[in-house]
Amino acid sequence: MARMKFLCDAERCIECNSCVTACKNENEVPWGVNRRRVVVLGDGEPGEKSISVACMHCTDAPCAAVCPVDCFYTTDDGIVLHDKDLCIGCGYCFYACPFGAPQYPQQQAFGVRGKMDKCTFCAGGPLADNSDAEYTKYGRNRISEGKLPLCAEMCATKALIAGDGDTIADIYRERVLQRGTRPQTWGWETAYPTG
Amino acid sequence: MKLVRSTDSGALAGIASTGEAIDRRTFLKRSGVTLGAGVAASMFAPQLMKKAQAAAGLSPKEGIQTEIRKSICTHCSVGCGVVAEVQNGVWTGQEPDFDSPFNLGAHCSKGSTVREHGMGERRLRYPMKLVAGKWKRLSWDDAIEEIGNQLLDIREQSGPDSVYWLGSAKHNNEQAYMFRKIAAMWGTNNVDHQARICHSTTVAGVANTWGYGAMTNSYNDMHKSKAMFFIGSNAAEAHPVAMQHILRAKELGSKMIVCDPRFTRTAAHADHFVRFRPGADVALIWGVLWHIFDNGWEDKEYIRQRVYGMDEIRAEVARWTPEEVERVTGTPPEVVKRAAEIMNENRPGTIVWCMGGTQHTIGNNNTRAYCVLQLALGNIGKSGGGANIFRGHDNVQGATDLGVLSHTLPGYYGLSNGAWKHWSRVWDLDPDWVKGQFDAAEVEGDNGKPIHPMNYKGIPVSRWIDGILEDKNNIGQRDNVRAMIYMGHAVNSQSRGPEMKKAMEMLDLMVIVDPHPTHAAVMNDRTDGIYLLPAATQFETYGSVTASNRSLQWRDKIIEPVWESLPDHTILYKLAKKLGFHQEYTRNIKVNNDEPLIEDITREINAGMWTIGYTGQSPERIKLHMANKATFNTTTLKAEGGPADGDYYGMPWPAWGTPEMKHPGTPVLYNTELPVAEGGLNFRARFGVERNGVNLLAEDSYPVGAEIQDGHPEFTDKLLKQLGWWSDLTPEEQAAAEGKNWKTDLSGGIQRVAIMHGCAPFGNAKARSVVWTFPDPVPIHREPLYTPDRSLAEAYPTYPDRKRFYRLPTRYASIQADDYSGEYPLILTSGRLVEYEGGGEEQRSNPWLAELQQDMFVEINPVDANNNSVRDGQMVWISTPEGARILVKAMVTKRVDAGTVFTPFHFGGWFQGKDLVDKYPAGTAPYVRGEACNTAFTYGYDSVTQMQETKVTLCKLST
Repeated sequence: MARMKFLCDAERCIECNSCVTACKNENEVPWGVNRRRVVVLGDGEPGEKSISVACMHCTDAPCAAVCPVDCFYTTDDGIVLHDKDLCIGCGYCFYACPFGAPQYPQQQAFGVRGKMDKCTFCAGGPLADNSDAEYTKYGRNRISEGKLPLCAEMCATKALIAGDGDTIADIYRERVLQRGTRPQTWGWETAYPTG
Repeated sequence: MKLVRSTDSGALAGIASTGEAIDRRTFLKRSGVTLGAGVAASMFAPQLMKKAQAAAGLSPKEGIQTEIRKSICTHCSVGCGVVAEVQNGVWTGQEPDFDSPFNLGAHCSKGSTVREHGMGERRLRYPMKLVAGKWKRLSWDDAIEEIGNQLLDIREQSGPDSVYWLGSAKHNNEQAYMFRKIAAMWGTNNVDHQARICHSTTVAGVANTWGYGAMTNSYNDMHKSKAMFFIGSNAAEAHPVAMQHILRAKELGSKMIVCDPRFTRTAAHADHFVRFRPGADVALIWGVLWHIFDNGWEDKEYIRQRVYGMDEIRAEVARWTPEEVERVTGTPPEVVKRAAEIMNENRPGTIVWCMGGTQHTIGNNNTRAYCVLQLALGNIGKSGGGANIFRGHDNVQGATDLGVLSHTLPGYYGLSNGAWKHWSRVWDLDPDWVKGQFDAAEVEGDNGKPIHPMNYKGIPVSRWIDGILEDKNNIGQRDNVRAMIYMGHAVNSQSRGPEMKKAMEMLDLMVIVDPHPTHAAVMNDRTDGIYLLPAATQFETYGSVTASNRSLQWRDKIIEPVWESLPDHTILYKLAKKLGFHQEYTRNIKVNNDEPLIEDITREINAGMWTIGYTGQSPERIKLHMANKATFNTTTLKAEGGPADGDYYGMPWPAWGTPEMKHPGTPVLYNTELPVAEGGLNFRARFGVERNGVNLLAEDSYPVGAEIQDGHPEFTDKLLKQLGWWSDLTPEEQAAAEGKNWKTDLSGGIQRVAIMHGCAPFGNAKARSVVWTFPDPVPIHREPLYTPDRSLAEAYPTYPDRKRFYRLPTRYASIQADDYSGEYPLILTSGRLVEYEGGGEEQRSNPWLAELQQDMFVEINPVDANNNSVRDGQMVWISTPEGARILVKAMVTKRVDAGTVFTPFHFGGWFQGKDLVDKYPAGTAPYVRGEACNTAFTYGYDSVTQMQETKVTLCKLST
């Protein structure tokens, strides 16, 4: 069984935001809700790096662990989804998530939180696959059509890759070998400090 | 928690930001509303709420058949394939075009959102006119009738040159051709498009160096580059999908050098970054070349065989010692030297340049200096080498090729009587009829001699305002410009805003044909005499488009034109009909319901464009390539098997001869390692055979398989006869070729026979590093008109003023004579943002893009910010020496060096501190508006092409 993963290759990410707008287009995500965003470190200075971030579809998802109404579930492909009919918009998952993935459309400026919205790995939600109802609430269900998330499929430089964890690991490993050096990807130096 | 509305009405609230990193986007997002997380739906302007509802009707629906239609992205020149899902005529989804060898499925943020064209909430819906300060709807028929009558009146009173036809790089090839044709038949050369202010100095500089002024290789070919030298190109923002190929090259070991005044996002991926002062390109390149000559790294055999004039270059370069280079460019000597070492050690290397190099008073010197560097290294005409000049708009290459330009007819034939005769034959018209459409009286030309208006270069787009403002006794035509037709043009891309406003207010008539009202409709204070005609986008029509690498692709129609919009060629036909020459206009072209048949136009293009080999790409062949994209190799672009076996994708021009000849296209220009019949070439013989006793033809260098194994002049009927090849022509070809040459023989026989013998139809010559016909034969450095350094202005002064240049007085020295550097101490430069393109009208009206860049801003180094008491996020005035000022948000960053400030150029809808939202027709104001940086940019035009100087002026900041 596949375990779906995203990987953003910071050596290739050029911060063009294609992933962000592809997501907006595919899922008709309203202004103000960002299922995916590009984070830049060291903007405008040597060493500048960017990385595209969305829900990482964690194996042991902290959002699911803290959700008081237990609206999260993990699909057979390892995709973390949630049921908006159960969600109470409390925002607890936002506290738990290390990536800032959960988004909350609001009805008023200082008001009640709306239902949580986040990246679905283009896998829709608990409603019938590819139904109008599923589209309206969760966006496209590409996984059911045998396609991968559009953000990765349309990435300008193939920095963002998505798919079965084993496959994307293979792709990435090949790139690293091709570069003939240790991975320069963002985070490496934190994980394996030099000296 | 702070809640700020960025503007009162129409504008959208921003988005929240989490995370600590202060990057450009975080900064911008904060300009809207800052919350912990999420966004307030109530902050949506009413328009957007409506938008959300409208969009719901255009969403994919279950249980409805989905059809796939294919097109090409309409943003930049990479030529990314677009795959559309259409349900019941509604564009409901986009899929990646994995088969396209150009983008392999990828898109940038703009390409990922093109479906929004079909929603187009902010688009112009029907023809409108401004009456007593109010926008009134009118029918197409009435609009054409009224506009036509006014044009005819102006023609009667002031002559055809008083109407200016401003076309577009957003036309497809067929529309671009029909645009040039309508201007010709109206009887004026006052026709131009944004290539003038984009790469005109490239086309002039490069074509005069080695024959053609286009990108020599391709994005894909960069896979083979061992070094990539970027100067004035920010590909990560301007050509994002090109970065896929560039980073692939880098992973294969290529070294990447980025030269730019800013540490751009492209620079962030470079191996070597060279920061230099804006406008000092020649000095920097000569600085690099100094090391190459000093160490003997130049390719001596290549130069002997294929380059003219390198000794004169050597003499100039000798002056550019590392110390002098540092004085002029501000770049430390070791940084320049390292760049030279990288280029020497890693061959073949390619050079990439864009507007950072072209938009200067010495733009033509810059582009030629880049060429000379590559010639010295022996990198031109080689796979992996070349001058990879990234063009801007999706079809700016095609619109340039098809002559939407004031100085030439399609195919760079120029404006000579011979050129008019050639095209009159193609159009099946009597040349005297065409001539009769022009003003009959000769005028005083640029050189002071009388010239017929038909042969006289028209006013360039950079200067249309001077065609209105200048005293008519000072201009080279009968009367001033009185009517402007803007068809797919962003006026905010041109400098001198306050003077532009004044010029607009002096016009009799403004006609704006565009999917959006544009900045032109609102920046002036006219109350009457503006017509807005809704144009369809390229997704609502079909036809061919030429990518930067010279490949032609075909777009299918994805959806019908939205609301009342019409495709450009239909609008042009309606105008021609009203103006009374529609029969001449479409003599070889079928017309259905006022829409000229696109394929017939393509075939007419094929019939006339011999100079650059737009003759082999018939509609059928292009469509065959589109249907078999997956069969093309993604590095070489060659079809390996399949129905297009052996062809290069899109038949990059020149695809010589007739379509029946099946020339595969030329993937790399001037590559002698391939036979001409298979895409090989040599440099073009364009400048004679000898100069001052020196041979201008190639020596011992020729394409594989050529029967003339040396340089030779271009092919004519006489040359064929001399060579004994005349009998290789068929009798029909002989009849057509008699008295003709490779450019004017409509049968294609001369080209066919030349290629049959392995020779390039255009001859085989040396590239010339000295262009003796230009103001500076050897490219030299000259200071910008507004320079911060007076000592450099003395050492490297600009040109003398010119009395008449493209019909207009043009100032140089008289401007540079005044010292503004005290009051205006900072250099102002401009450039791209990835989400927007050109004037940005379309992208700022697209909520998926607009959300990501909500404010016009200026990048200021912390030193300059602190010295001017400017804080990050504050609104700040930028004032320039000619009196313009713009109000923008400050972004404090080390991306720019102290002494230089940077602004993006895509904004519009504000003018000198004022939001013009109320002046748009209801519901059409872009979501994001801001000051056009070019409102503040100043006078200054290239000495060959009239390119505007928008990469360097002086400014001051105030709060």
